Amino acid sequence: MDIFLTQLSNGLAIGSIYALIALGYTMVYGILRLINFAHGDLFTIGAYFGLTILTTFALQGNVSPLIIPWILIIMAAAGVAVIGFLLERVAYRPLRNANRLAAVVSAFGASIFFANALKLIYSPNRQSYPVDILDLPNIPIFGVDVPSKRIIMFATAVLLMSMLYWYINHTRTGTAIRAVAIDQGAARLMGINVNRIIAFVFMIGPALGAAAGVLLGLFYGQIHPEMGFAFGLKAFVAAIIGGIGNIPGAMLGGLLLGVVEAIAGGYISGSWKDAIAFGALIIILIFRPTGILGERVADKI
Amino acid sequence: MSSLAPHIEIKDLVVKYGKVEALHGVNLHVNKGEIVTILGANGAGKTTLLSSISGLVKSSSGSIVFDGKPIQSVESNEIVKRGITQSPEGRRVFGTLTVWENLLLGGYTNDDKHKEKDILEWVFNLFPRLKERLKQLAGTLSGGEQQMLAIGRALMGDPKLLLLDEPSLGLAPLVVRQILAAAKEINQRGVTVLLVEQNAMAALKIADRGYVMEVGHIVMADDAQALLSNPEIQKAYLGG
Repeated sequence: MDIFLTQLSNGLAIGSIYALIALGYTMVYGILRLINFAHGDLFTIGAYFGLTILTTFALQGNVSPLIIPWILIIMAAAGVAVIGFLLERVAYRPLRNANRLAAVVSAFGASIFFANALKLIYSPNRQSYPVDILDLPNIPIFGVDVPSKRIIMFATAVLLMSMLYWYINHTRTGTAIRAVAIDQGAARLMGINVNRIIAFVFMIGPALGAAAGVLLGLFYGQIHPEMGFAFGLKAFVAAIIGGIGNIPGAMLGGLLLGVVEAIAGGYISGSWKDAIAFGALIIILIFRPTGILGERVADKI
Repeated sequence: MSSLAPHIEIKDLVVKYGKVEALHGVNLHVNKGEIVTILGANGAGKTTLLSSISGLVKSSSGSIVFDGKPIQSVESNEIVKRGITQSPEGRRVFGTLTVWENLLLGGYTNDDKHKEKDILEWVFNLFPRLKERLKQLAGTLSGGEQQMLAIGRALMGDPKLLLLDEPSLGLAPLVVRQILAAAKEINQRGVTVLLVEQNAMAALKIADRGYVMEVGHIVMADDAQALLSNPEIQKAYLGG
């Protein structure tokens, strides 16, 4: 039971990161039917931005450890949102009406560019967030000592996702985003500036990815320029498990993947966790080809 | 009701999809306060014409002048702001959004809350069904209700000119009558209406004037009454 609870808390923490990244994939796919393969790298850039902000402003020791994550997240997210905006303008918008394959190639190009830019600017080696950055006591839950870091990660991610969910479902712009995802032409007839909505989605997704990057740095400590590939792939799997294009699906898929991975890792072996993650993908797709929450109602009648 | 300058005037409009020319120089005008209908078979270019007015497709030559200003190269969202909205062919309501959300999106460009409320009341008056179904997903409505929603949604943008593309398509005769009566009522509230229809009889009954389109050309233009009694029209479109 102890292993289970420990691994569950671990899984929810890492799952939070998958879920935040998965939202970026799913929102862009929902609106453009495009997989933004550079999204994993935006997550990495977020992690590096967080580290730079942490050291540049000498936050550690001067600011309460409970506030540091928020300062890092807000600043890194803002920076990466700008990069997301530029990415769409430079790499995707000119190809909007081109062959779909062209946009995929452009995405991989952007991905390679970002990873190498990070190597050039920072270093190709691993870098570390200070280990004692969130030096807080463990919190006992059901008799298991859970590191408070994990709880902060999970709570932060849940808060960010709730904010997004509320925004998408209860604001005029959020409704417009959903409308563009359903039918761009009809959305234009409503007077919605579709280009502006697309640009906005390319800011929200990367901002959430950056938040995940910061959380990863705070949680695991080590970051490196190529880590976006592995995390991006996992988050992409999470988005598909949840039903790509579906926002709650990405959240659910991310958390589920994290938990399955951690529990399998705890009971079987850590080196099997990737195999188990992709195995879970295959099993879910056999039974639900559109993902767990994919395709609620037919969009077009 | 008509004033001197036409509300919208289309001159020599040419639209191409790739290399295929869909409109070969269309001329047409609608005066303020009129209901004008465009008749024609499938593929005549009626929907293309409305799409180019709404800015969804760009014309390769010719002009569209609305309220004295050229709009043929204006973006679609700006055209809505200037007062042209459309209920598109096939209704295209946002199926996974609620009726209420669909209506709100229709008023996307409208920042005036009071005006929005007034129009909403009017729409509910026209189509009481919509009020009963506000929280329902639009995709679960019947065809007639979806058409009401598509028109109500277009009205939420506070149009001066309303474009209706095949509002009777696939609907039962009773519902068709209801929808066209609503179009007439909308017109009586001062909204100019450009109505594309295959149901020529129903359309000509409420229209002031009509145009007949064939493969990208306007081939005939006359008063609605004259078209109704024109033997050629009767033969081709009225089953006479």
